[in-house]
Amino acid sequence: MESRTDPLRAGILIGVTVGLVGITFGVLARSAGLSVAKACTMSLLVFTGASQFAAVGVVGSGGSALAALGAAVLLAARNTLYGPVVGRAVRGPLWSRLVQSQLVIDESAGLAAAQPDARSARRGFLAAGLGVFAFWNLGTLLGALGGDVLGDTDRFGLDAAFPACFLALLAPHLRTLPGRVAALLAGAIAVLAIPFVPVGVPILLGALAIVPAGALRSHRRTTAMGEAPEGEDGS
Amino acid sequence: MSWVVILTLAAVSYALKAVGVVLLGSARLRGRAVDVVGLLPPALLAALVAVQTFSDAQRVVLDARAAGLAFAGLAVWRRLPFAVVVVGAAVVTALVRWIA
Repeated sequence: MESRTDPLRAGILIGVTVGLVGITFGVLARSAGLSVAKACTMSLLVFTGASQFAAVGVVGSGGSALAALGAAVLLAARNTLYGPVVGRAVRGPLWSRLVQSQLVIDESAGLAAAQPDARSARRGFLAAGLGVFAFWNLGTLLGALGGDVLGDTDRFGLDAAFPACFLALLAPHLRTLPGRVAALLAGAIAVLAIPFVPVGVPILLGALAIVPAGALRSHRRTTAMGEAPEGEDGS
Repeated sequence: MSWVVILTLAAVSYALKAVGVVLLGSARLRGRAVDVVGLLPPALLAALVAVQTFSDAQRVVLDARAAGLAFAGLAVWRRLPFAVVVVGAAVVTALVRWIA
């Protein structure tokens, strides 16, 4: 039913998009007082965009280093939750999985999760992970070096490209009722939480929607097994 | 921001990723656990869409991004290509900002 995009093409496209956002990060990092070396080190080693934006944003608006670290770490915590999501995509011996771990981000987890089987999930994970890694770091360098010329990248609507990406990745999950419940509930929880908790936490709170939605799924699975043998709910 | 803060953030961020992959990635989850964890992608993706569209730091806002997302929703529903969804959303948002 859902439109399947080739994971390699999607990964490169996501990479290019994120690269443009990387330029924004480079510009913002400089304006928050970071050197080019610090901005580029963050993109190479921290490599999780939302955390980097949060850290730089807090420091740029006069927040303490501890507040910056706190917001960034809370945002990065969702990458742990991506473990089970990318499990079938990240294979190989321990050292190899440890190296690949650095590529676990929203985009790679999202693209891996959107694939129908383990093989294309692996392609999707690597394409998005490596694509984003290359373009994010290139973008950061360009933004940090010459950002003053470009000005506000929000003028080009780049900030809306992100949710649009996620929405496209979300669509296949909306085929089942529990998937729709999880998505709607998570979105509602996240928006309601925005004014009350630090930046980054609404996304984690939204993830709690899997508890009621999961109960619904279990209920439907057991009910379907009781009534008809082909109790398949998709996933 | 000092080098200590940046390198600490780098170490913690990497550890959070590696713990997920190594400890949770190969977890053989069954039954109810699969039901719950399998719903993480739609929940996290929807929360990301919501937060990245309707928030400005700790404020709930309705701005040009909502128009971009509306276009994206329509494009996804019409099953248009991924590139059209993403680039279209950016263009619509930029246009609304330019007009406003």
